[in-house]
This record gives sequence, C-alpha cells and structure tokens, in this order.
Amino acid sequence: MTVETTLENEILTAKIYGEIDHHRAPSIRQKIDGQTENLRPKELHLDFSHVSFMDSSGIGLIMGRYRNISLLGGKLRVINIPQNLQKIISLSGIDSLGVL
Amino acid sequence: MNIVNEVNFNFKSKSSNESFARSAVSAFILCLDPTIAELADIKTAVSEAVTNCTVHAYPDSIGTVYINVKITDNNKIIIKIRDKGVGIEDVKQAMEPLFTTSNDERAGLGFAVMQSFMDKISVRSKLGSGTTVTMEKTLYRAGYDKR
Repeated sequence: MTVETTLENEILTAKIYGEIDHHRAPSIRQKIDGQTENLRPKELHLDFSHVSFMDSSGIGLIMGRYRNISLLGGKLRVINIPQNLQKIISLSGIDSLGVL
Repeated sequence: MNIVNEVNFNFKSKSSNESFARSAVSAFILCLDPTIAELADIKTAVSEAVTNCTVHAYPDSIGTVYINVKITDNNKIIIKIRDKGVGIEDVKQAMEPLFTTSNDERAGLGFAVMQSFMDKISVRSKLGSGTTVTMEKTLYRAGYDKR
C-alpha cells in the first residue's frame, strides 16, 4: 500500500506510506489526484507520519498537489512531518505556501 | 589522508534502482556508526544525484550509473557518482535552486539538496560524454573499525 485516503467533513486525508523518490512519486501522485478529482474536497491533507524517506521528489509532490487543489478552490495542508524530513522541508521553502 | 575502505558498483539507470543505490551506499558506511541524521543526509544526496542520471543524463535510453565510495582514515566519506550520458551544457545554471529542464513535477532542488546536505560537492561535465558528481562529508562521532 502506497497511499491510504479517507474523507471526513470534506477533508480528504492522504496518508503516504514508505519512501518518496522519483520512482515512487508518480503512483502516489496518481492515487491522490484521482481521489481529489472524484471527491472535490475543501481541504487536502497530506499525512507524512509514515514516510520513512524522501528526496526532492517529495517536495515536487507537495508543490504539484498545492497547485491542483488550489485550482479546484481548495486548500492544502501537510501534516505529521517526521523529524528526519524537517531539513529538506525547510530547505525547500514550502512553508511560504502556508501549508505547514 | 589515507583511504581505509572503498567500494565500486554500477547499475542500470532505471528509476527503480534509486532506492538500491542509496541503500547500498548507506550500508557501506554503516561501519562508521553514523548518526541517523548523517545517514539521512547522505541517502538523500545520493538519491538526488542518481535521479539526475535517470532523468537527465540518459533521457531517452537506459545507460549505466557508476558509484565509487571511499572512506578515509579521518572519517571522511567521498562519493563519486558518474554517468556517460548527455552531459550538462551549463553546470552553474544547473546548480541554481529551482532550475529544472524537466516538466515532470521536478522541484529543481537536486543540487541544492546535495550542496546543503553534504560538506562539499563538485560537478564535472562534458556534453556528449557524461557527468561526474563528487560529494564529501566528514562524520564527527565516527570511529572506523579497521579490522
């Protein structure tokens, strides 16, 4: 299992499992985008609690989902970022998008 | 500075090998007893460099990626990641944060991550011949077991 999604109070939460790299990002992206288009949530929450590793492909994944949900009039939040991913998150500057 | 251990390996530039590459490098340096943070930094930097080979060096074909890792007697790790791909036209521009020639949701942060997560990085490239990325990092609490 790569991504587990749940919908509650118009919030779509996508819990991502395992590693995010250039190889795995497309299947994660596809699953989240499919659910987002079908369910049209007000908010999309990307839950990183079960992500054990990510490189800048994870940043690309966040930026792409931010763009998609914004185009649908929704908001993105990135939640439960493990300590070992904080460094790349902070280097990327995505906190300026107001998603953290 | 003497080299106390060294490994060479190569593999096809398939994206499925990105995980293998970073895991192999991290397994080799485990003898230095790195911290979790140091290991994460090195794995991330290797992943970025190998992804560049997959995406940019061999854009329309599968080539070979060559990795050499050296451990020195002053606990420095030197990682060389080499391809024989298309090469980089302007290395300085390629290393600028957010610069990307890819339209596949790449963040353009690959070299920025390598620079930030390692102590030193150098890039040598020749159009049509390939690219070599050399990265160094010294582990501070390391005590190499020379047996």
